[in-house]
Amino acid sequence: MNIIEIAFFVVCAILTLGGGLVTVGSRRAIRSAMGLLGTILGICGCFLLLSAQFLAAIQLIVYAGAVVVLFIFVIMLLGSAATSPHDARSAVPRYIGAGVFLAASIGAVVLIITAAGEVTSALPNVPNDFGTVERIGREIFTKAIVPFELTGALLLVAVVGAMSSARGKQPDPTLSPLSRQGEGSGER
Amino acid sequence: MIVPLHYYLLLAGALFATGAVGFLLRRNLLVLLMSIELMLNAVILTLVAFNRMHPENHGGQIMAFFIIAIAAAEAAVGLAIVLAFFRLRSSVRADEATALKG
Repeated sequence: MNIIEIAFFVVCAILTLGGGLVTVGSRRAIRSAMGLLGTILGICGCFLLLSAQFLAAIQLIVYAGAVVVLFIFVIMLLGSAATSPHDARSAVPRYIGAGVFLAASIGAVVLIITAAGEVTSALPNVPNDFGTVERIGREIFTKAIVPFELTGALLLVAVVGAMSSARGKQPDPTLSPLSRQGEGSGER
Repeated sequence: MIVPLHYYLLLAGALFATGAVGFLLRRNLLVLLMSIELMLNAVILTLVAFNRMHPENHGGQIMAFFIIAIAAAEAAVGLAIVLAFFRLRSSVRADEATALKG
């Protein structure tokens, strides 16, 4: 049992980190999307290990089912333009920023490792209904009902905003074709 | 449980660093959005792991639930903006977004 759990965690961690590296490092956008899918699956496995069954299902449905598919739709819509030929321009400030952040995160990892010996970090036992749909639903609809409703409003606004900004400025059908010509450049 | 808490924290930290470095290094707008998704995933993994450490309530999991909803909204709006940008410049490179340059 123990060895199975550790092996499961190792597989999930490799899937997560490997997917993240593929996402960031791949030149083709479609491979980045597949790497993101691997990351999401690995995180979902970690949720199962952390006895968060409801969130694991939500992660699969929302991320793997909706967000990654949306990314792939956009990549297919853009075609070959989704792959940028080169990233050469203004490279030095970007490398400096990434290096500073990488150094900071390595420092944070070292801090976690050194602190792990001093604090107890073994996870406690959980009650049977921890992470179930029933418990989380009860807590959301008692303690977090206002943010829940506001999330619904946010999603509605996001759908309307996505539609209106992706559609762009449509030509007015009442205008004559002559006066329509200047609109392409005036859009920005 | 066998796998201790700090393993999850290390995994989340490495994933967040990967996403942030990718966000700083890459210039493809689609990959930038995916890097943001990586960072959000690292954060929700941290929240769920800490919630597992204190199993008497579900605050971390509920927070993770809201973050997932907000990430979905952000991806939808971000990809719509990428499409509008592509229509304007025929490119998805962040370098091309120079309309506000002085």
